[in-house]
Amino acid sequence: MNLRLLIPLLATTALLGLLFIGLGMNSRDLPSPLVGKPAPAFTLEALEDAERLVTEQDFFGEVALVNIWATWCSTCRSEKPLLMELAAGGIPIHAFNYRDEREAALRYLGVSGNPYRTIAFDPRGDAGIDWGVYATPETYVLDAEGVIRYKRIGPISRQLLLDEVLPLVEKLREEQRNNEARRVAQS
Amino acid sequence: MIRHTLLLLIAWLAPAGLAMALAIGEPIVFDSEAQKRQYDTLVRELRCTVCQSETIHESNAELAADMRRRVYDMTLAGHDADAIVDFMVQRYGDYVRYRPPLQANTFLLWASPFLLMFGGVIVWWRVIVGRRSMIERPDFTEQERAVLERLRNDA
Repeated sequence: MNLRLLIPLLATTALLGLLFIGLGMNSRDLPSPLVGKPAPAFTLEALEDAERLVTEQDFFGEVALVNIWATWCSTCRSEKPLLMELAAGGIPIHAFNYRDEREAALRYLGVSGNPYRTIAFDPRGDAGIDWGVYATPETYVLDAEGVIRYKRIGPISRQLLLDEVLPLVEKLREEQRNNEARRVAQS
Repeated sequence: MIRHTLLLLIAWLAPAGLAMALAIGEPIVFDSEAQKRQYDTLVRELRCTVCQSETIHESNAELAADMRRRVYDMTLAGHDADAIVDFMVQRYGDYVRYRPPLQANTFLLWASPFLLMFGGVIVWWRVIVGRRSMIERPDFTEQERAVLERLRNDA
């Protein structure tokens, strides 16, 4: 075949191929630099009680999820039944109530159930920036030492939980047990 | 009549513009001119991570407003531009910078203009060589010359 025809053909095919790959990519799939790092520090009021302060320490000690949510966020509402199931299954879930109103948030939890163990009230998104929050909902997995091991931007789904989150929680719990056993052996 | 319509249009648009300006909520009070300059530069160099194709200066998103406020607070607190960019990169990754740093995973991005230029030079060179070889073709025969001459005269 004529080289003069072949080169434009190849170039066009390559470009179309690139565009096709681009179509399949999710532009919201952003890497989080925080995975593998200790959870950022914060001090915020508890949602239920303005007198009580919540810090990152309240999220530590057990393998746990941290969920960023708000009442104005409809995807947060739709993922909540899954959180309720996780909580019922014995996985501790902590939360940031993000850019929300205290009254509205409490009323919402009162009506539809509360899967959260600790809720930090973040009306101005202060901790949001420190935690690298893009948009609600977001879900983090912390290990027992308080290191962020996973981050999901966007809603969780049953499939995602089964494929990624629950196996990770299992693995981290195993790690925690081993660490504790080692500590006991050393002391 | 036209002036009337124009006035009406202005009266209609002005509050919208004002509301937009208020919503974006630029802080205006700085301790020094240098701080204001630093703020103005930084908000144009940081990406609003939810809107993706806007700087936090342009964006009306709440996250962008939070980020602007954080840049403002840190500027007032005396942090320099590098420290503030580092702060954002630690939380949102290199993605937050509108000017990507030159490092291993962005090398292709930075090199691509030069690669494209190199490709262009090669194509250009080949075209030139092609023309030159056309000149060096063997001369026409008597017969061909006669045919060409006849074609020219007919036209």
